[in-house]
Amino acid sequence: MDRVFKALADPNRRKLLDLLRVDNGQVLGDLSKHLDMSRQAATKHLKLLEAANLVVTVWRGREKLHYLNPVPIHEIYERWIGKFERSRLRALYDLKEELEKDHEK
Amino acid sequence: MKNKSQFVYVTYISSSAEKVWNALMDPEMTRKYWAHLNVSDWKVGSPWKHEDSSTGETHLVGKVVESTPPRRLVITWASPADAQNQEKHTRVTFEIESSGKATRLKVIHDELEPGSEMERGITRGWPVVLSNLKTLVETGHAMETKELFAFSKK
Repeated sequence: MDRVFKALADPNRRKLLDLLRVDNGQVLGDLSKHLDMSRQAATKHLKLLEAANLVVTVWRGREKLHYLNPVPIHEIYERWIGKFERSRLRALYDLKEELEKDHEK
Repeated sequence: MKNKSQFVYVTYISSSAEKVWNALMDPEMTRKYWAHLNVSDWKVGSPWKHEDSSTGETHLVGKVVESTPPRRLVITWASPADAQNQEKHTRVTFEIESSGKATRLKVIHDELEPGSEMERGITRGWPVVLSNLKTLVETGHAMETKELFAFSKK
């Protein structure tokens, strides 16, 4: 779990996860286009995310595709969120989303 | 490239490959962590179904495409309404590898229609199923499944 928190404690790595959430299964080249850093730096961040099991890779021919793996984040959720809190938290989250959507208009 | 989407999930389980393999296809195990019975003879070409353990309703159907115990299982996966419609069949590959003292379970779900109800369901479902499977295999107890799968009954 230490590795998960360390991996998440960096805005660039969170950005990488955001990019994969929008479009799962990208190659390094596509990911680094959206980041203000070298390919080498992006590779290093992806390695850390992979070591934390937050990113999983699959080879398709000669292409290495990167996928967001939310399982470790779900384990954090399971650890600290009680089962009776879940529906209330969901409702609160939906409310926040709804209100903030209107606010932006 | 085909215009279908793919998702990949991985969890590490402190157990043997055989136990993890068994947990995927033993209906008594799947009932505990998945609230469904996975029913099949698991031979290549055989059908399998995913049955709600409280109502007995069939929620998913498919076929066993490949089976190499205890390493690799490939099945097709569709809602019962699409049983005859091959176009709508998605595919799930389970890969089990030893990783030090633990076992790495990788689930690849592909051939999904982007934006479909099935895609929405499985992206919410797999993280829950896999972390609950891990808990059951490691501790012998699963979490309360009723609450976990509340979203799937909407």
